[in-house]
Amino acid sequence: MIVAERKPLAEILDMVKECKKILVLACRGCVTVCSAGGEREAEILASLLRLGLKKNGRRAEVIEGSLVRQCDKEYIDAIDQWQGRYDAILSTACGVGVNFIANLRPADHVYPALNTTFLGGSAEQGVWREQCAGCGNCILHLTGGLCPVARCAKSLMNGPCGGSVNGRCEINQEVDCVWQMIYDRMGRLGRLEEMRIASPIRDWSASGHGGPRKQTRGDLTL
Amino acid sequence: MNFTPDIRLFSCHYTSQQSCTEAGNELQQLGFPENIRICRVPCTGKLQEITLLKAFEDGADGVYVVGCPADACHNIKGSQRAAKRVAAVKQALVELAVEPERVAMYHLDRGLHPEFINIAREMNERIRRLGPSPF
Repeated sequence: MIVAERKPLAEILDMVKECKKILVLACRGCVTVCSAGGEREAEILASLLRLGLKKNGRRAEVIEGSLVRQCDKEYIDAIDQWQGRYDAILSTACGVGVNFIANLRPADHVYPALNTTFLGGSAEQGVWREQCAGCGNCILHLTGGLCPVARCAKSLMNGPCGGSVNGRCEINQEVDCVWQMIYDRMGRLGRLEEMRIASPIRDWSASGHGGPRKQTRGDLTL
Repeated sequence: MNFTPDIRLFSCHYTSQQSCTEAGNELQQLGFPENIRICRVPCTGKLQEITLLKAFEDGADGVYVVGCPADACHNIKGSQRAAKRVAAVKQALVELAVEPERVAMYHLDRGLHPEFINIAREMNERIRRLGPSPF
């Protein structure tokens, strides 16, 4: 899922300081699962906004709403139900949702309530870890399913590097060295010989360095 | 300053069970501040951040929660959960540049005993000293 976290309240309050009617718009997709921007978090944020704006001597009406997702046109169209009740949308979706609202509603002011942080999963209750970098060219079949692009601080294709000590990364003793994990796992799977093959210089053209990416499935287009 | 704070107490059913005996008069007789409104909940673990924030929106100058001892909650982890939610609201108050002492969590044994009254007075005095809510 896409993982995100709420921006500092001061930053959010500054964004909306001139707004008179604010729609705090939750997303029931990924950000609900990672407890950053679902209905519960939007309700809390709306309350904090009301308190913060009042404290700052500003009067604004803050309402809440939610969409199934904010990354599909048909759901964005549902914003019409709040027409006339807002002069700004504060989206608690990931950056994709904010972009979709901006793309599809040219007259609407939209602001991000969250910082979109990474593609990851729930490691334990209340803890999320990055697992995928969305680089566009998976090599997980070569690494026992563990991603060095996302999980190695240097995104090395041949590791571990000299900074790996006792299975930990040199950047932080709390960070596992994913190349050590790959080595251990490949050994358990009886695939250690595969690690003797040096990966060639990687082609990063699929990773977005050539501009925003787009994919089309001709069998699905109308 | 002549200020009577509006204080909301969310208390665990077990911790505050004596509060409704004798038509609720016992608390007053023991000196429980009259300006503290008690909301009893089945378990403080049921409380959400939004419940505490709404109390501030509703005009409370201070909000506090009284639940079971952290390691002796009737519902195992209820009061531990409540403490984390109170901490989250405390952090939000800091972000809003409001005194975090306006919200507090207390863990008390079940039943009515002097501590229940003492912390009510303590909270009352603290909020009185802080003055009216800036919200």
